[in-house]
Amino acid sequence: MRLFSFKRFAAMVGKEFVQMRRDRLTFGMMVGIPLMQLVLFGYAINSDPRHLPTAVLSADNSAYSRSIVTGMQTSTFFDITHYPKTRAEARQLIDEGRIQFTVTIPENFGRDLLRGDKPILLLEADAADPQATGGASKSFPEIVRRALQKDLTGPNAKLNQSEPPVDIRIHNDYNPEAITQYNIVPGLMGVILTMTLVMITSLAITKESERGTMEHLLSTPIRPLEVMLGKIVPYIFVGYIQITLITLAAKFLFDVPMHGSIALVFAFSVVFIAANLSVGVTISTIVRNQLQAVQMSMFFFLPSLMLSGFMFPFLGMPKWAQGIGSVLPLTHYLRLIRGIMLKGNGFAESIHHLWPILLFWCIVVVIGLKRYRKTLD
Amino acid sequence: MSSETVINVQGLTKSFDGKTVVNGLNMEIKKGEIYGFLGPNGSGKTTSIRMLCGLLKPDAGSGSCLGYDVINESELIKPHVGYMTQKFSLYEDLTIRENLDFTARVFGLENPTKIVTDCIERMALGPFEKQLAGNLSGGWKQRLSLGACTLHSPKLLLLDEPTAGVDPGARRDFWDQVHTLASQGITALISTHYMDEAERCHRLAYIAYGNLLASGTVEEMIHDSELVTWNVAINNGENALHTLSEQLKPLPAIDQVVAFGNTLHVSGRDPVLLEKAIAPFQRPPFEWTLIETSLEEVFIDLMQQSKDGLK
Repeated sequence: MRLFSFKRFAAMVGKEFVQMRRDRLTFGMMVGIPLMQLVLFGYAINSDPRHLPTAVLSADNSAYSRSIVTGMQTSTFFDITHYPKTRAEARQLIDEGRIQFTVTIPENFGRDLLRGDKPILLLEADAADPQATGGASKSFPEIVRRALQKDLTGPNAKLNQSEPPVDIRIHNDYNPEAITQYNIVPGLMGVILTMTLVMITSLAITKESERGTMEHLLSTPIRPLEVMLGKIVPYIFVGYIQITLITLAAKFLFDVPMHGSIALVFAFSVVFIAANLSVGVTISTIVRNQLQAVQMSMFFFLPSLMLSGFMFPFLGMPKWAQGIGSVLPLTHYLRLIRGIMLKGNGFAESIHHLWPILLFWCIVVVIGLKRYRKTLD
Repeated sequence: MSSETVINVQGLTKSFDGKTVVNGLNMEIKKGEIYGFLGPNGSGKTTSIRMLCGLLKPDAGSGSCLGYDVINESELIKPHVGYMTQKFSLYEDLTIRENLDFTARVFGLENPTKIVTDCIERMALGPFEKQLAGNLSGGWKQRLSLGACTLHSPKLLLLDEPTAGVDPGARRDFWDQVHTLASQGITALISTHYMDEAERCHRLAYIAYGNLLASGTVEEMIHDSELVTWNVAINNGENALHTLSEQLKPLPAIDQVVAFGNTLHVSGRDPVLLEKAIAPFQRPPFEWTLIETSLEEVFIDLMQQSKDGLK
């Protein structure tokens, strides 16, 4: 016997190619996943986010305050999307995660500026994710200086000479020290749940058909919904074990502050867990073997990871990427969890992050039930 | 045996990717009957059984099973049918008791624990109760499967090659169980490749390439085949027997020549032509005797006919 026979080796290679060709879906995923990564990393991800939604709370209607707002727009860092009337309104916008910044221009801003009284210009950032606000916050003083430079001409030009004529204050709310763990750890909760739960259940029905037990199951009176829910429920407990572990780690290992109610986190998480498990079960009604199940889970997991705002600031992504991201349950769950843990959101501020997850869940269950084959056809 | 009809189907047809697997199957099975379903591999036996228990939807045909419509009421048929799959389809990572318990609960039985305990006792599975099904030998797996598909006291058993790869002792035990169940009024449809098993059925059907070729009792089928069979024995020299068989095979009056150890079975449909054909060979050392045609010869004959029909 030779140690290495080229013929034997070639036979093995040939057989692998034949099998690869037979398994079209697996092959498709091998091509599809890198393509998806390429597009996501290449286009959607932006570590220097711009066009961040900003609210302007202005009590002054002078040319100067208008210049500052225009300057912010043209800088492309800020997109002025809201003009709230009151502080409370601005506060709510930021709590709900609709805006990233609030700029407050005080009364008589223009008059005080000309007098050399150095009026206060306040920029408040939702800095739960320091990565999202860093660039814009840093450029803000320069944007203001340039905006005013154009207006302060003639006799007022002297105001440009010395120190900045405005007292710029930047408040990094929710995470003043800009500690990334504060943002990452609660987010990880959603990421870990998505990854493990989708994967586990995607193998669930595939395993039955691969081992031949599906035939036995189908010959019994059991109904598709009973099978699907029966596959999901045990893993809800697994999900809760994971949540408990992560919250404990957040508190004792990473010192992440817990401003909201832990009970709320547990209560709302059930919808997210169930949604992910249903994705898994639905995947397993589509794929033919366990390898395909794992691959398709990856296909769901990758955009979840990249477009949800976990890895990269959501509001800094291009609009199409935000559109895809808004469909994914992880996006809404991240806002929900970060809102509760870092902003101390209560039931009222959190509930509107729950509806999209619930809707997603329902649609996935319907697809799954449609795809579940009641016969062996 | 009552004359109540349990299965009565006409023209059941099923094709996969344009290939007709079952072609216009008619079948009538009476209550308490053990109905043998025979045919070569790939002849459509499994597909037929799956259509009867609602696992596959027929493309065409009509009929009833246990009084329910086979096309539209398969969900109503399921609770009364025990289906034993060709491939072991219980959970290998569950124990015997856990498998039975799960099946009992899925069928929604009252008092599953007692039913499972009874079943374990009836099937003599006691010593293995706590063993994982995956670790059982073929015979015990098959016994467990039969137990699982009879748990809910079905009226109809559909057994798809239940004894494939099982030793003769276990096969005999299995058939004793089936006869006991039949005596209690349960109807059984069993597909098999074993002739001795076919002979233990009340009635038989032979299906090949999707078509039902013959049906009836063992005697009827042998009679209908009109085959006449001679046995050729030899005192010494097996090679001579082999040479003889090669010489006999091409003769048009002879339908088949089969070697059985030190004897040959020579069959033909026309007794006069057959006798004429073999006359030159009726000399020592060969001893020719007329014997009864066996079921196996009938089936080989049917299989050859269906092949010829395809050409």
